[in-house]
Amino acid sequence: MGATLIVARRELAGYFATPVAYVFIVIFLVMTGALTFTLGNFFGRGVADLQPFFGFVPWLFLFLVPALTMRLWAEERRLGTIELLLTLPLAQWQAVLGKFLAAWAFCAIALALTFPLVITVNYLGNPDNGVIAAGYAGCLLVAGAFLAVGAAISALTKNQVIAFVLTVAVCFLFTAAGSPVVTEFLSVRLPILVEIARGVSITERLGGFSRGIVSLPDLVFFASFIGFWLFANALVVDHRKAD
Amino acid sequence: MSALIEIDRLSKRFGAFTAVDDVSFSVAKGEVLGFLGPNGAGKSTTMKMLAGFVTPSSGTARICGEDVVDRPVPAKRNLGYLPEGAPTYPEMTVSGFLAFAARVRGFRGSEMRDRVAHAMSLTTLEGVRLQPIETLSKGFKRRVGLAQSLLHDPQVLVLDEPTDGLDPNQKHEVRRLIEQMAPSKAIIISTHILEEVSAICTRAIVIARGKVLADATPKELSYRGPTLDAVFRDLTMPKESA
Repeated sequence: MGATLIVARRELAGYFATPVAYVFIVIFLVMTGALTFTLGNFFGRGVADLQPFFGFVPWLFLFLVPALTMRLWAEERRLGTIELLLTLPLAQWQAVLGKFLAAWAFCAIALALTFPLVITVNYLGNPDNGVIAAGYAGCLLVAGAFLAVGAAISALTKNQVIAFVLTVAVCFLFTAAGSPVVTEFLSVRLPILVEIARGVSITERLGGFSRGIVSLPDLVFFASFIGFWLFANALVVDHRKAD
Repeated sequence: MSALIEIDRLSKRFGAFTAVDDVSFSVAKGEVLGFLGPNGAGKSTTMKMLAGFVTPSSGTARICGEDVVDRPVPAKRNLGYLPEGAPTYPEMTVSGFLAFAARVRGFRGSEMRDRVAHAMSLTTLEGVRLQPIETLSKGFKRRVGLAQSLLHDPQVLVLDEPTDGLDPNQKHEVRRLIEQMAPSKAIIISTHILEEVSAICTRAIVIARGKVLADATPKELSYRGPTLDAVFRDLTMPKESA
């Protein structure tokens, strides 16, 4: 475990050593704030909760998380540092996990910085803070799921633009799978696929969290989703490290 | 006394192309092996396989008795490796980068700081310790990579073109450093500079098109022709006439 955390620590410091971290956080905060108060009709709804906020976060992550992960392995390849990293005495899974944990911790920091919304809603009314905590947990899991996808795709290519576009596409697939547009279309054409589409849908899973329900199947879904993509990431790194 | 580096029938094929073809040799403690060959001869690929970065198509490589494929982590603990081009993380400071490498190698607290300080003094990097690596000149970057490979005082050193991009004074410094360390280690360096081989290597291997063409002391090699340059050309150029 030691080497994993050392890699994670280096990565996380790397985010803050470049403008990446600040641009990401500022854009994320501005967008979440703006969307929650305008499109989300935060005041007009007259309800003391953060439903609109939790509705927007996955869609923002859909574009911001791939921007974070596109450089994860692609940059190591470009600089040649992957050769350095993987010839240090650490197992490959430790490098994979370390990079993922750093990116996840970074997303957690960005989410934590939306705390003024929590203060605002508590000042204006009496929200159920348990529901809000569950919503945050859900958002963090969505970030983790997208990060795991993005990290694996980043290991596939040296080109960061390709990594970004592919990651957005794959994440969009898992986000949109449970949306009414898709399920209605499928129920007319291919009814067998409706349940599968809803089963792999990230938004479907997030629904429970934003209503305050943390259920074991949802947790297992996210854990296995992240686990699967990290495993794929390790395989890809092992197979293509020297290409 | 058994060899610290053992390479046995190592091959690497990329599709139909054979980059390294059935290479075997071993390096004992106290030896400095110069790895010579034209570009694309398979020098770097062999070193990458020894460092556990490229997986061999066949054959084995062992560092201090540990197989680099079956037991990669114990093997890498005994290895100091300078990859081709000396890659480093550009946004990190020199001391931050070396501290990272030292931590991964399991050093903590004051021992970690001592190791980093010692490696920086060996490669005369103290003056730039707090500078981000991307702001340094090519020669300094190479020395940062070298410092990283020396941190843990490994028994085996594999240096891919350690003096490339250094000015004559720095080259001299690095050669002196390698000579100092030689008695207690097994060292492989790859180079294009033939004088370097006669200056610091106890043994030279000439490799071309993936095959070992000569394995001898630099002196023995130079007896085979008028100059070492001529011997090298004679060995590595494809022969049609003669």
